[in-house]
Amino acid sequence: MATLILEQTLNGLQFGLMLFLLAAGLTLVFGIMDLINLAHGSLYMIGAYLVATVVRATGSFALAVLVAVLGTAAIGVLLEVTVLRRLYARDHLSQVLATFALLLICNEIVRIVFGSQPVMLSMPNALAGPVQLLPGFYYPAFRLAVIGVGLAVALLLYLLVGQTRAGMWVRAGASNREMAAAMGVDVKLLFTAVFGVGAALCAIAGAMLGPILAVQVGMGESILITAFVVIVIGGIGSIRGALIGALLVGMVDTIGRAFLPMLLRSFLSPAVASGVGPALASIAIYVLMAAVLFWRPQGLFPARA
Amino acid sequence: MRNAPAIGALVLLVAFPLAAKHWDQLFYVSFASRILIYALAASSLNLILGYGGMVSFGHAAFLGTGAYAVAILMAEGVSSAWVSWPLAILVSTLFALVIGAVSLRTRGVYFIMITLAFAQMIYYLFISLRAYGGEDGLNLAARSRLGFGLDLAGDLTFYYVVLSLVVGCLCLMQRLLDARFGQVVQAIRDNETRMEAIGFPTYRYKLICFALAGGAAGLAGALLANQNGFVSPNLMQWTQSGTLMVMVILGGVGYLYGGALGAAVFLVLEEALSAYTVHWQLGLGWALLAIVLYARQGVAGLLAGTAAGRR
Repeated sequence: MATLILEQTLNGLQFGLMLFLLAAGLTLVFGIMDLINLAHGSLYMIGAYLVATVVRATGSFALAVLVAVLGTAAIGVLLEVTVLRRLYARDHLSQVLATFALLLICNEIVRIVFGSQPVMLSMPNALAGPVQLLPGFYYPAFRLAVIGVGLAVALLLYLLVGQTRAGMWVRAGASNREMAAAMGVDVKLLFTAVFGVGAALCAIAGAMLGPILAVQVGMGESILITAFVVIVIGGIGSIRGALIGALLVGMVDTIGRAFLPMLLRSFLSPAVASGVGPALASIAIYVLMAAVLFWRPQGLFPARA
Repeated sequence: MRNAPAIGALVLLVAFPLAAKHWDQLFYVSFASRILIYALAASSLNLILGYGGMVSFGHAAFLGTGAYAVAILMAEGVSSAWVSWPLAILVSTLFALVIGAVSLRTRGVYFIMITLAFAQMIYYLFISLRAYGGEDGLNLAARSRLGFGLDLAGDLTFYYVVLSLVVGCLCLMQRLLDARFGQVVQAIRDNETRMEAIGFPTYRYKLICFALAGGAAGLAGALLANQNGFVSPNLMQWTQSGTLMVMVILGGVGYLYGGALGAAVFLVLEEALSAYTVHWQLGLGWALLAIVLYARQGVAGLLAGTAAGRR
């Protein structure tokens, strides 16, 4: 039982950190450019497909991740310069619909190129085995690597956003865009750079989650909604909020799915519990979001004053 | 419906199935029924989106609850339309009241997110209902019984019933929008702070509008369940809400026939394009992007623009 709890906690941590990678890009784009980007999940999907393609071509996972990160960042920058730039001044509805259109286009292009069937992406051989963390407790090495990568990226982002001049511009832009522009920050370049970094983070998440989940068309949609829940909980525009929110959501979702049915079965009839359990587990994060919005409508760590 | 083009369209819609039957193309009657049902659903979204200014990303949930109400009642042996359809409307209105009561306390993107979240909750709820099909969905044994010798199993009869209901709802919508209630709702969309300052209870107006739209969507769902003979939780996925929004913006946000026009254009495009390629969503994506970027007012806006230009 203890190993189960430990395993699920680590799973939750891993999922949470990957959500953070997606949410960080999303919250920055939303916080600084006030842009709701439904195509963010598509960048994640493109990253995963690039990794799968390069791995199949060369066999090297590390190279694949590098290519995917650069490629997805390039695609992200291209999208920003051509389409998204026109949406900054528009209302949220137009942004939702335009990025929804981009989502459809990306899905279809990927479907045309790769087909509808899931693509095989296996873990690198070096990380394919289990690791003994405690006597009698084994955990997959790859998932540990995912946690490691997630923590490293979180640290990198903290240093970048908190300790560099560019990070200062980002935080200023998230706090008050007009003021930052008035103070001389090159807003256009900043936007493009932020979007590119967000796309790169998506690619890393896609590379890490690809071997665990399936690489297929539509993989972006399910995780996109969760990412939006994360940034709403964490507070729009705040990376710290994205991290806390992502860890919260990751833990609640994983532990809820693992233990809620079990818990319900202890004091409800098995028939009712087996029906209600999974449903409650699925909606747990939405209930969490509703609760957070009720107590703190701006999220836990809002960037705007 | 006072203007000539609308009456002309109505005459066409009434005459169309008779012509189709004459040329033995009954498939198109069924297709037209589907367009009318989605026209109703999109119009209900247009009411809160275009006229109310509430960007709800969870409208498909009300479509689904209406559809499931009919399907579940049918599974339990209640097949009379006079019971199940009003019940579908009632159930959807109640869901909309509850969801609206909580969601309308938020603004902007938070409203979008929370309506989306509620729709997802309802989606997962129906997936977990294994007694009524769960993820696989639920078949309807037959179409609802209407009595009066009208057999809804016949495509033509069903079409005319759907047509009269949709026309009735659109007439109601126009009366609502012209009445004081509708004027207040539109004024709230334009400037909520001003309306609050004047002294209107804006929350209450928005909530009632939201609930009415939910009820209309419930009716559309009931008709959809009859049309397809099948309901599934996929009706309530957020991508379906996105599709409804696409229809509204295609047709023209804030125009009375925006929802209907958008549904017609969308479904006809879908049908025409999928005859050519399975990747028709690519074309749809490009069209939607072009419309959002360049033709914000949708088809109805373009039509209204040309009519104004002619003057």
